[in-house]
Amino acid sequence: MSVRLAGVGFVHANGVQTLSDIELSVAPGERVAVIGPSGAGKTTLLNLLATRLRPSHGRLELLGEQPWGLSSRARQRLRARIGLVHQAPPLPPRQRVVTAVGAGRIGRWSTLRALANLIHPLDRGGVRDALARLDLADKLFARCDQLSGGQLQRVGIARVLYQSPELMLADEPVSAMDPILAGHTLALLNREAAQRGISLLASVHAVELALEHFPRIVGVRDGRIVFDRPAAEVTAAELQALYANAQLQQAPELHAPLQPIIPRC
Amino acid sequence: MTRLINGLLLAALLIAALWSFQFLDLDFANLVSADGLSQMADYASGFLSPDFSAPHLNAIGRGALETLAMSALGTLLAALLGLALALPASGRYGVLALQASRLLLNALRAIPELVWAALMVLAAGLGPNAGTLALALHTAGVLGRLFAEALENTPAEPADAVRLAGGGRVAAFCYGTLPGVWPQLVAYTLYRWENNIRMASVLGFVGAGGLGQMLYISLSLFQEAQAATVILAMLLLVLGVDALSGWVRQRWVTQ
Amino acid sequence: MNSLPRDPAALPRLLLTLLALALLWPGLSLSELDLTALFRADNATVMGGFLAGFWPPAHDASFLQLLWQATLETLAIATAGMCLALLIAMPCALLATRALSLSALPRGGRPAGWAVALRWPVRGLLIVLRSVPEIVWALLFVRAVGLGPTAGVLAIAITYSGMLGKVYAEIFESVDPRPTRALFGAGSGRLAAFAYGILPNAASEMLSYTVYRWECAVRASVVMGFVGAGGLGQQMDLSLRMFAGGEVASMLLTFLLLVLLADRLSRLLRERYT
Repeated sequence: MSVRLAGVGFVHANGVQTLSDIELSVAPGERVAVIGPSGAGKTTLLNLLATRLRPSHGRLELLGEQPWGLSSRARQRLRARIGLVHQAPPLPPRQRVVTAVGAGRIGRWSTLRALANLIHPLDRGGVRDALARLDLADKLFARCDQLSGGQLQRVGIARVLYQSPELMLADEPVSAMDPILAGHTLALLNREAAQRGISLLASVHAVELALEHFPRIVGVRDGRIVFDRPAAEVTAAELQALYANAQLQQAPELHAPLQPIIPRC
Repeated sequence: MTRLINGLLLAALLIAALWSFQFLDLDFANLVSADGLSQMADYASGFLSPDFSAPHLNAIGRGALETLAMSALGTLLAALLGLALALPASGRYGVLALQASRLLLNALRAIPELVWAALMVLAAGLGPNAGTLALALHTAGVLGRLFAEALENTPAEPADAVRLAGGGRVAAFCYGTLPGVWPQLVAYTLYRWENNIRMASVLGFVGAGGLGQMLYISLSLFQEAQAATVILAMLLLVLGVDALSGWVRQRWVTQ
Repeated sequence: MNSLPRDPAALPRLLLTLLALALLWPGLSLSELDLTALFRADNATVMGGFLAGFWPPAHDASFLQLLWQATLETLAIATAGMCLALLIAMPCALLATRALSLSALPRGGRPAGWAVALRWPVRGLLIVLRSVPEIVWALLFVRAVGLGPTAGVLAIAITYSGMLGKVYAEIFESVDPRPTRALFGAGSGRLAAFAYGILPNAASEMLSYTVYRWECAVRASVVMGFVGAGGLGQQMDLSLRMFAGGEVASMLLTFLLLVLLADRLSRLLRERYT
């Protein structure tokens, strides 16, 4: 199994329980979309799977290992096999795309090689191939702050493709793209995952896109799994119930530009 | 209430200012009397004919280069040391390391360059080496504090993302944190360099090399003409470094 | 796939590295940088003996009395110097700023050529005043007016008037020009236009910068004594020459306290008035 969650719950530091009793298994090569209203716990679920958060209770198994039972070194090795596409790609504005995408493989490089790559990009061909799949090959040497929000999200995806993980997670990977590009990009993610035979688990806020591109759908609401079935079997009534009285989607946060203050004395 | 306190504070400031004049017993009347003024004018007139003879200019050129090297290397060393101290001071290695490094930074910062220079002359002998070390130590305290603030204010997500992809701490810092802060670090370092060129030219007063030593000696020997040239050289050096650092900032930091 | 893309930044980076190395090499030899000098046997024993005297810091009554006087003198030099600097800086800033240019009015805010030329001598004077380090001024004044705090006060007054004058002029130019233009349009004089149009908007920024400069002046007056201009520095110089480690330690602690105190006070003032 790529992912196995048994009775997993998560309680925030402020005492709010955002996930409870999650039972979820994902087989290698399976492609799953997580849908649900905002605040349902989709991002928390993905953060648990990416080992950013540690479950408060229950059992979490990723690629056959229990990340929180490992030493921190072994956990870093496990993390190198898991790729996470962030909703707002955390790329430093002044970094060049070639470096930002290259950072995907840091987990497998020695520190020395990582530092050398920072000064002079070593694997330009590989990075360009990853970018080319997202039609961004011409942005290889552009700086991240010269890209639009949608382009940045695609750079974030290219970074994970370049990482070539065994488990690919994606948190709202297409939220900053127009519908046509979003559909195109989700199709690409699915195609890549199928070709490589790896598991893909993505949260998607556009239900139609999720139903169209993913074979299996997991509905989440109020920190619980409401349904988990093949896309073809999801009924309109279920969707209605899932999104009833949902709040409006919040806009993703953007980094404030740096404003150096200057003391002199 | 706030108005009252503000008013009282203002009054206290005024009293403090008046008290300082009274405490120091400054005798401006004597200073601006005909006698005092003519004496000053006499002294100042010695500076009006700077010594531009070739050997003196040669010596000044060497002194200026020495000063420049002292300030540049001192600032560079300080930036490295400051960064090394800023990492614990930004709270990356726990509270204990944070408090200890903050204390060290404050101590380095509180002791002025000239005092450091006097101490370094004792510890490392006369000459520009002592001056470079003195600048490095004081500036490390200043830059370390600024760097720590800059590091604290940088978004943590990029570095977290690298850690989540399995990267080591060093790699996460270099890929995630550094690209966000380095313009600020460079800007701070350049500003300190502008400051240090001024300081480097006076560290010689306590024997730490550079133009200051020449000025001190010329003034002690009452060679006003030579001293005037040294002061002119200092002025040029300071203006030159200001212009250079402004250009570097424009070119690499604010774009 | 076609050939590997070339990194456009590779050449500039290489050249920059080479340039840095080319500058670093003579820099290292000119500054005679040598960290091992700190650990050479003779230096280490001198410094070791000196440092051994640091504990306990000198704290007998007569020395503390001396230290207290010197600390007060340092603070007084900084404060008096700042007062004089303010007196010089204000008129200079008014003369140097473009914000009070009458000739700029009909020209969309750009002063006429002759007006710029007339402001240049004042701007040049401010540059010269602030570019010569304060301690050089102190050294000169010690020769001109004799040993003692007067030289320190004059040195701070001169350097800091240059700094304050320049920054004030810039602050005047950065505030909203429309009130001033309106006043000029109504036929008011320059000083009145300044007092009613610029000062209200610029005051808090000016105060904040002045307080910050005062903090710097305290630091500067600490070292001024090294050239004989009174205050803590003079005492420090004496103790260093006598290798009195305990006294040096007490004085270093006093520096620390003084700087922290000035930091606090300046923050308090800035919070209250801005």
